[in-house]
Amino acid sequence: MPTYIARRLVQALLILLGVSIITFVLLYFLPADPARMVAGRTASKAQVELVRMQLGLDLPVWEQYGRYLWNLLQGDLGRSYLQRTEVTTLIGARLPASLLLMLGAITCELLIGVTLGAMAGLRRGSAADQTLMVAALVFVSTPQFVTALTLLYIFAYWLGWFPIGGYGQFTHLVLPSITLGLLGGGWYARVTRSSVIEVLRQDFIRTARAKGLDRWRIVSVHILPNAALPVIAMIGIDVGYFMSSIVIVESVFGWPGIGQLTWQAIQQIDIPIIMGVTLVSACAYVLGNLLADLVSPLIDPRIKLR
Amino acid sequence: MSRYLMPLLAGLILASPLALADEPKRGGEITIIYRDDFDSMDPAIGYSFQSWTPIKAVFDGLVDYKPGTTEIEPDLAESYEISPDGKTYTFKLRQGVKFHNGRELKAADIKYSIERTCNPKTQSPGASYYTGIIGCQDIIDGKATEASGITTPDDYTVVFQLTEPNATMLHLFALNFAFAVPKEVAEEYGEDFTHHGVGTGAYKMVEYTPGQRVVLERNPHTDKDGRPYIDKITLQFGVEPVTGVLRIEKGEADTLGEIFPPAKYLEVSQNPAVKGRFLTVGQLNTNYMSMNFNIKPFDDLRVRRAVNMAVNKQRLVQVLNNRGTVTGQILPPAMAGFNPKFQGYPYDPEKAKGLLKEAGLGDGFTTELYFQNVDPWPRMAQVIQQDLAAIGIKVELRGLEMASLFGTAGKPDGAPMALTEWYADFPDPSNFYTAILGCGAAVEGGFNWSFYCNEDIDARAKAADALADPARAQERIDDWSKIMIDIIEQDAAWVPLFNSNRFSLRSAKLKGDETIFTDIISQPFNFEAAWVE
Repeated sequence: MPTYIARRLVQALLILLGVSIITFVLLYFLPADPARMVAGRTASKAQVELVRMQLGLDLPVWEQYGRYLWNLLQGDLGRSYLQRTEVTTLIGARLPASLLLMLGAITCELLIGVTLGAMAGLRRGSAADQTLMVAALVFVSTPQFVTALTLLYIFAYWLGWFPIGGYGQFTHLVLPSITLGLLGGGWYARVTRSSVIEVLRQDFIRTARAKGLDRWRIVSVHILPNAALPVIAMIGIDVGYFMSSIVIVESVFGWPGIGQLTWQAIQQIDIPIIMGVTLVSACAYVLGNLLADLVSPLIDPRIKLR
Repeated sequence: MSRYLMPLLAGLILASPLALADEPKRGGEITIIYRDDFDSMDPAIGYSFQSWTPIKAVFDGLVDYKPGTTEIEPDLAESYEISPDGKTYTFKLRQGVKFHNGRELKAADIKYSIERTCNPKTQSPGASYYTGIIGCQDIIDGKATEASGITTPDDYTVVFQLTEPNATMLHLFALNFAFAVPKEVAEEYGEDFTHHGVGTGAYKMVEYTPGQRVVLERNPHTDKDGRPYIDKITLQFGVEPVTGVLRIEKGEADTLGEIFPPAKYLEVSQNPAVKGRFLTVGQLNTNYMSMNFNIKPFDDLRVRRAVNMAVNKQRLVQVLNNRGTVTGQILPPAMAGFNPKFQGYPYDPEKAKGLLKEAGLGDGFTTELYFQNVDPWPRMAQVIQQDLAAIGIKVELRGLEMASLFGTAGKPDGAPMALTEWYADFPDPSNFYTAILGCGAAVEGGFNWSFYCNEDIDARAKAADALADPARAQERIDDWSKIMIDIIEQDAAWVPLFNSNRFSLRSAKLKGDETIFTDIISQPFNFEAAWVE
């Protein structure tokens, strides 16, 4: 096991290195000029060139990357070009919010997705199954903006049960978590359903039924744990997704997560921030997948990690 | 009788506190909603309409605009004097003004603050505004650390020597880049000064949490005829403007520091509940389409005129729910020098076709239009694409994110046509020329996206700006007015499209004279001038 983890971590480092090189080079070849953005719209050409030199943007791309990597190894992600603030400060300020929302959202996704998926799978082909699956499809395909604003409008603006967006208390967390839970829950429902159907075909379920076990016990002890593996793999992916890509939900609910920072930075080609959030998000993907792989054998002892 | 008396009495009882509530009073707190973090609270760095008003609340300059007007009045200065040749500005400072850390402001602080903006280490986007002060360019070039043209004969006098007269100099002293910062604090925090800003302003910054909020508290030592009134102002970041409007309607927030969300415009503008609290405000803005003189066939005046006549601006503005006012000229109506009589090119597709034929392009041509890929730019681009198709010009649309658009359109052979807008940094027509139409800006990386350079016009512009004598101010504005009209009439350097309006929505408790909320200098309003009920 320890060797397995060590090997996966080394792989992870290589992945991060690859991600950082690709992102850096892509940003380098964009037509945007960060030096001009920093120097301001009335700056003379000489001033822009001076800023370019100060930021090291006049160097060849490999040298720029080399410097970035060298600073990165010392824990220095650089300063935002436009906010002039340490990227670590900017990301650090938003990390707790992103983690909290990730937790809330995954909980909701699991509650909504696994429950609906299991119900549908157990009654395959029934009217309930079809209704649930159509509902799941609707949730998955609704734009984030629509779901978020609808929930906000009904439960916060109209009914007044929750604050109209914000951050700091548990009540602030509920609506964004449910929004993401509905959006992602649809996927979980579909995966759970097919997984349950797959398990239902297995011999051990027939045996369990033949033994006369009660239905609830069959579902909770025999079906769900066996159907859980693909769901766990999905959580692993979600961990990465929630670390950088939920811009709209964060923005509608005024949730100070990393997604918003990413979006702002992309609009302004604030390279140090873009690099920083890309690395954080890549880390989250890698760690999420690693955790999912580590958890799987605990649920299904047939899986061996090598 | 009593049937009529009762409501009357009730009316009187209700009316009396209302009458009192219209008097300014101290106290209370408000929340202002922003979508993104500011660029910076450091006056040398902040360069966005979002950060400018908060910076103005925390810091002061030698001069400032009277709230709700574009009229300059002394602020940190008590009085000022301009020499007859327009090259020497002498400011007498008010005594006893203190920074938030308790230290008294001295003339040396004014000198330091402007030198700090010139210093390339600061990377101030405003440095180029001060190159007219003797010595600032030397600091930029790394030849000096102090500007020889800024002297402090005593603690309360500061003198600026200019290389040449500059009629816009007082506006430049009113810009945040010239605001006073205490050297010891600025140097202690360096680039992190944005989070630890200390100024002399009416508000102290007591909290800056990136991604979340900036909190300002009333400076108890400031008293400008009773101003400021509000005790605490929270600037809340990261909230989608649509959500912000819902919060304002519910009284959970008080106004938007962002552009009003287009999606809510129709609903809110027709909502009787917010009557009197939803205002349409002119601003120093013109939306336009550049046509690059370096790229054929836009080197041909007839083609540029044809494009001007082919765009149906009225329909363009309708597509944007009338959130702007159609224009045919460069300067916005709120700017001195705007000529209300000048209509520009009429919408006349037939005449446009004729002009293309004259230019030998009777069969039309294919070109590209660049714009920013966020609403409303793509919608505008589509309307223009249809209009130009009607006269045979096939337009390919190129939507880019902001920084890439600036990079592409700023290249001499980058963008044949581009949609953009300009907000003036200060209320003077010169600010609508130098950076976007002047020869000096027709360079790679500049903002003169038409790469328009008419040396005759450039000379007239320079002459107008050298008219620094206050007695000849009107003459100077008239000169500018003619320059701006000639650029369109003779050269058709742009297609001026419309002046976009700002929309101001505020909560029921946020009070102030209407001019406070329609201020063209401070958006969403001058923090010093409003009060809460």
